[in-house]
Amino acid sequence: MKLDSMYQEVILDHYKHPHGRGLRDGDAEVHHVNPTCGDEITLRVKYDGERIADISYEGQGCSISQASASVLNELLVGKDVSEAQKIQETFLELMQSKGRIEPDDAMEEVLEDAVAFAGVSKYPARVKCALLSWMAWKDATAQALGESAERKTA
Amino acid sequence: MTQLPGLLDTEAIRKDFPVLDRLVHDGKKLVYLDNAATSQKPRQVLDALSEYYERYNANVHRGVHVLAEEATALYEGARDKVAAFINAPSRDEVIFTKNASESLNLVANMLGWADEPYRVDHETEIVITEMEHHSNIVPWQLLSQRTGAKLKWFGLTDDGRLDLSNINEIITEKTKIVSFVLVSNILGTVNPVEAIVRRAQEVGALVCIDASQAAPHMPMDVQALQADFVAFTGHKMCGPTGIGVLWGRQELLEDLPPFLGGGEMIETVSMHSSTYAPAPHKFEAGTPPIAQAVGLGAAIDYLNSIGMDKILAHEHALTEYAVKRLAEVPDLRIIGPTTAEDRGAAISFTLGDIHPHDVGQVLDEQGIAVRVGHHCARPVCLRYGIPATTRASFYLYSTPAEIDALVEGLEHVRNFFG
Repeated sequence: MKLDSMYQEVILDHYKHPHGRGLRDGDAEVHHVNPTCGDEITLRVKYDGERIADISYEGQGCSISQASASVLNELLVGKDVSEAQKIQETFLELMQSKGRIEPDDAMEEVLEDAVAFAGVSKYPARVKCALLSWMAWKDATAQALGESAERKTA
Repeated sequence: MTQLPGLLDTEAIRKDFPVLDRLVHDGKKLVYLDNAATSQKPRQVLDALSEYYERYNANVHRGVHVLAEEATALYEGARDKVAAFINAPSRDEVIFTKNASESLNLVANMLGWADEPYRVDHETEIVITEMEHHSNIVPWQLLSQRTGAKLKWFGLTDDGRLDLSNINEIITEKTKIVSFVLVSNILGTVNPVEAIVRRAQEVGALVCIDASQAAPHMPMDVQALQADFVAFTGHKMCGPTGIGVLWGRQELLEDLPPFLGGGEMIETVSMHSSTYAPAPHKFEAGTPPIAQAVGLGAAIDYLNSIGMDKILAHEHALTEYAVKRLAEVPDLRIIGPTTAEDRGAAISFTLGDIHPHDVGQVLDEQGIAVRVGHHCARPVCLRYGIPATTRASFYLYSTPAEIDALVEGLEHVRNFFG
């Protein structure tokens, strides 16, 4: 059944038991919304040099958007920003594939639990849900690292 | 099969709507419950559109050739049909726009540029309600920001109705315009027009009614409403997209300034200044949506052949049945009136803490089309402390069996996320 390809067990599991939910101390905070459906996320990033010390978030939205934020937290915290960016770009590529990318082992190694969202990419209306927290993270990172770069030069 | 008093012969009606035969998702019967977003189109309307393009296509009010004259007659004939449909005193009071949003923006801009006594400025007030569609909020916010006029609104009661308890404080001597929805697209509430109009008339304010969710579903009589402007759109009433209507009282349309300038709306033009055509043409700059107007005319013929009072009774019976059946679904909360009393056939609800997006997705998999989200009425969601709702909305071809399918589908949703 097609629905199961979207709502993989791992997605439902992240939805019901989210990782790292709640707002904690951060270097930058962003608020992103998906105006078509009202999904919202407030997300903070905390950097320790180049390393992501924490990604904390609070939001409301569908299972896809909430599970995606949980996967983001699990996958990126503890990674260096360059590696995290690579993961983010791979996830973006998968989500924009309209279901045409069948994740291979290499992709699965990069994305881990996030490969479960491959089925979501077949549903154009839901791709934005899956990407909401990832775009928020990208934005927050630009702000956090941009600001720390400014601090260094100051 | 469930039989309810007042139902139309949907078996016959559904034969007119080709899309209702579609199978989706590997052979599932389409259950189309998204009529508040847009209605499906009967063959009669589709035929009118293709016949127009196949036989008559020309620009209107310009040429002297046969096609131009016939196209003009068809376009203006559609205006006559709309005028009769809403019981307008004059056909010249019917302005064609591209949708209800444009109609409402047109009113806001007429008043923003008007001279006294209509002019909205920093000393005046605009009144709307908390249950408006964004199309009846944002144009007034823009007008308020540009003129300095104060924007005020009626709040909502817990059961989804307008709170008019402070009507005399909301509508005051400073109020220039009161603009409100006749039937809410998210709550389904039918609003008490008379009470609002009476107060507006006491203070000399104009009244604009958004009838987008009313005109498709009930007999419309702009004279009985006693409003100054009434806006609605064609695509929710079996017509094509790209055609809307603004009805306005003749003396107002004569006095108020045009908004869009261009061809068609002028009398004479020199390099220094222009004079304008009389209404409605003054407000119809450029080539209008001709085929779409003709299509709307065909939609009106179609609705009239069934009877708006019969459509109203059909939907009322369905709504009564739907609120009863939905009440049987555990954890389901209707957002809006919970009875069919003073209520239209759009029913919004939440289902436990399952997000509407997920509800809609699982329903879609069963062939059931509903709308999920904030329905362009986000303040309503904020008012009731919910992120979004799932909305089922019915029309003349909807059946009790489709409501049963929805209720079954919702059981499936609960099991899926349970």
